[in-house]
Amino acid sequence: MELPTLGWQSIVIFVVFAVSLLIATYCTYAERVIAAFLQDRVGPDRAGPYGLAQPLADAVKMFTKEEFFPGGANKALFVFGPCLAMITALMSSAVIPFGNNLSFGNNAFFLQGIEVNIGMLWVFGVVSLGVYGVMIGGWASNNKFSLLGAIRAASQNISYELAMGLSLIAVLMISGTLSLREITLQQSSEGAFVWQDIFNWNIMKQPLGFIIFLVCAFAETNRTPFDLPECETELVGGYHTEYSSMKLGLYLFSEYVNIFVVSAVMSVLYFGGFNFPFQYELRDWLASSQGWELASAQNLITALGTLLLFGKIFAFIFFFMWIRWTLPRFRYDQLMRLGWTILIPLAVINILITGGLITFGVIK
Amino acid sequence: MQPLTNRAKKLEKKPMTLAERAYLPAIFQGLSITMRHFFMKKATVRYPEEVRPFSPIFRGLHVLKRDEQGRERCTACGLCAVACPAEAITMVAGERKKGEEGLYREEKYAISYEVNMLRCIFCGLCEEACPKAAVYLQADKMAPPRFERDEFIYGKDRLVEPVDPSKRSERGIQLTPEQAEALRNKMVQQPA
Repeated sequence: MELPTLGWQSIVIFVVFAVSLLIATYCTYAERVIAAFLQDRVGPDRAGPYGLAQPLADAVKMFTKEEFFPGGANKALFVFGPCLAMITALMSSAVIPFGNNLSFGNNAFFLQGIEVNIGMLWVFGVVSLGVYGVMIGGWASNNKFSLLGAIRAASQNISYELAMGLSLIAVLMISGTLSLREITLQQSSEGAFVWQDIFNWNIMKQPLGFIIFLVCAFAETNRTPFDLPECETELVGGYHTEYSSMKLGLYLFSEYVNIFVVSAVMSVLYFGGFNFPFQYELRDWLASSQGWELASAQNLITALGTLLLFGKIFAFIFFFMWIRWTLPRFRYDQLMRLGWTILIPLAVINILITGGLITFGVIK
Repeated sequence: MQPLTNRAKKLEKKPMTLAERAYLPAIFQGLSITMRHFFMKKATVRYPEEVRPFSPIFRGLHVLKRDEQGRERCTACGLCAVACPAEAITMVAGERKKGEEGLYREEKYAISYEVNMLRCIFCGLCEEACPKAAVYLQADKMAPPRFERDEFIYGKDRLVEPVDPSKRSERGIQLTPEQAEALRNKMVQQPA
């Protein structure tokens, strides 16, 4: 690997890391504002203009709270739990293609942390490690309620990961690759008719698969209506009952990073990633009639595509919050029944349908 | 059994239709409801900057009124203390000396006049009982919160109206004709 590429990659990784953290930070603010708006309130508006310094104030509060270790707890694991949750949440964003390539001179740079041909497996592998964060945290608390909450959370995550993986297999059958970049590029189409772009998005080929994936994403990120791990009434506070100060903050914060990552994955897998309609028409128009160089026109398209990808991600994040303040929580047995008896069979049926359509040549 | 009202509705428990079992239509209905609320008018009052209007019959913090010449109206007759169901008002009466005619209207006046805000129930019976129209519960001012119990005993220093009419409470208090005239002039000068 050449040095400039390596340098560029480290910059991209750093930026992706920073952006993930920033977006997660402001998700906490957005959550409160959206909750307030949906409930006819105003929400935080005291800290800074429009309350924009509110995440900062929350962070100061979290850091200055008392650090508490329950008696008899395994201290090392107790600290390791939230760290693991945070690390796994942040790691998975490395393979997401945030944009097409930028070219400067003879060098082309990808707006992606690591371009690997196992991108999807990486995301799933890392996300499934997140279960350990929950489980270790619950176990190390030396508290029966925490342990019960952790077991519930772990079994929920594992159950829904099955359906999620199965719904994804249908996408992989269409694309034939695990690389997220390849999957994105396949959803664009050069030289076809103008709205072809949108029809090439996987949501058009996999509507059922997308709904299953979406539902599982809610369960995986422990969001309402599947936020059983943090049930106040049944298990005090779920797996993080014993946690205080920033260790609790890390657990809560990793949830928001997870939301960001899963929104990005959904945008990339089903909503065309950085592609947008008329992108090639715009590029050719700039290059032919406006006298732009093809490379700089392509760079502009890439920048626009990145912005639009973030637009899609924000739309999903908003949708997560919208759902949270609309639906009540499931009961635990309902949750498990939905996962095992409805979503997994539906995902299998979706695979069969996709396979049939591919065999008979209806979709490529 | 005899129904209490005619509003009783008979409910039938039917098996759910496919749309109901699929759960998604209900979710979309819920989402549309919350989305409508997103754009609705907010009920919040941003308190320190924005103050919610008081009700016209609100009874707040006590005030001891002055008359049109700036003299204290209270003559320490004690009727307010007698009328007070919570026994919150205590006073000590004194005799006006020579040269104090500009300070007190009657020959008898209150040397001290204390209202215990911890006992007061803001019933307004003191202002009904007062024959000299001296004590009122202001319509636009609440008794503020304090840290110490003894700070809730309001003496004359905090109850008697300021001499400067422009510093006085303006809403809902029965004014003397002269005060009303002055207020009207002030409002004509600065139309709100």
